[in-house]
Amino acid sequence: MERGEEKMSHVVETAELAKQDATYLQALTELLFQLGDDDLLIAFRGSEWLGLAPHVEEDVAYSSITQNTMGHAVMYYNLLEELGIGKADILAHDRKPQERRNGIYIEKRNGEGNYLDEPYYDWALAVVRNYFYETFKKIKLEAVANSSYKPLANVARKVLMEHPYHLAHWKLWIKQLSNSTEEAKKRIQDRVKEAWEEFEDVLELGKHANDIRSFGLVSIGEEEMKDRWLDEVKSVLADVPEGSLGKKYGNGRNGEHTQDLEQAIQTLAEVYNSDKTAAW
Amino acid sequence: MYEISRQDEITAILKTVDDPELPSVSVYDLGMVHDVTVQANEVEIKMVPTFAGCPALDFIEIKVKRAVEELDWVHQCHVKFTMEHQWSTDAITEKGKEELKKHGIAPPPENYQPGDEWTVNCPYCNSDYTSMENVFGPTACRSILYCSACKNPFEAMKPVVQPLHLK
Repeated sequence: MERGEEKMSHVVETAELAKQDATYLQALTELLFQLGDDDLLIAFRGSEWLGLAPHVEEDVAYSSITQNTMGHAVMYYNLLEELGIGKADILAHDRKPQERRNGIYIEKRNGEGNYLDEPYYDWALAVVRNYFYETFKKIKLEAVANSSYKPLANVARKVLMEHPYHLAHWKLWIKQLSNSTEEAKKRIQDRVKEAWEEFEDVLELGKHANDIRSFGLVSIGEEEMKDRWLDEVKSVLADVPEGSLGKKYGNGRNGEHTQDLEQAIQTLAEVYNSDKTAAW
Repeated sequence: MYEISRQDEITAILKTVDDPELPSVSVYDLGMVHDVTVQANEVEIKMVPTFAGCPALDFIEIKVKRAVEELDWVHQCHVKFTMEHQWSTDAITEKGKEELKKHGIAPPPENYQPGDEWTVNCPYCNSDYTSMENVFGPTACRSILYCSACKNPFEAMKPVVQPLHLK
């Protein structure tokens, strides 16, 4: 039996009860920011692809996945709002990079240029990133589906019902491109290699990992999440890079980020920043 | 008796509030109404969202609130979306399925098991000679299919169910 398992039977039913224990509240807040910020950023990068996907059916599919993923982010920010952390809209639009908890690889730009001007985006990056992320998201959500914080467990169960469609989509893409032309194989392989050096912090729970685990907010720890993720992607990838995973640009779970996140926030909050008091 | 008839009145109203993306299909028949509580002149309605990312939820909330507040005896109606209970496509009523078909949308397959591939019959000619064109459609809850018998494109509600190991 792992440490903390007996605490797991202690279910916290409401935000009011969660607020009574400062350490619990902090661990819960960290976890919610990880979940919300990951979905927000992957959905933002997805939204930049709108109208640019390789063919029209893909444009419909990718934008549908993206819109739904943005809806998942909203649910986590709503849970944070219930906990008194701040209004959901403000949490999404108006936090500094060092307050953000998404994995660094998730914020990476889609390629050169931007969506309004010469968007030289790379489809191989979109496929590898979304496949890696959706595979991880399933593992993390399953760990959260029996969370000690009941409102979060409910949301995770909801998301898990929709998520199979997202994962199946990207799994199909990576399988098909990995069995396609030499150029496609090489492009996928190059992006897989790149991701291998950057993806590790996505799989981690940050500096409050021990509290997140011992309070039963997740039912497995980060090491097991990492193992499950590796098992899954190794069963699908044609070539698995040698060596272990890395976090080349730091640890996003602890608020370390790149210029790419600043660009993302600036763009996604442009309308919000133009009039912060407007009613929507 | 008196409270029960007021509940019935609310239910009757909810059967007239259509989903903004699916005219003629009510939020009641889509299985989105979880619980109705009547306390004197106050009504509280708990609803479950179909897809989490559905942008129509705010419209639905306003439409339901306005419709119920049309009743003379209702002073106030509170509509709340809850996650305590998760919507699945099994919650769609028989009437809901019929209305979907009239709209050119096939109802989700019956007895769907998570992870299975699925097919549905054409909502126009009922042929099973159909193919999936795109799992993703104009809204999160719909897919795009094609009927090779009557040569019509059509849509279908995606099956959405709880994964087996979480049931």
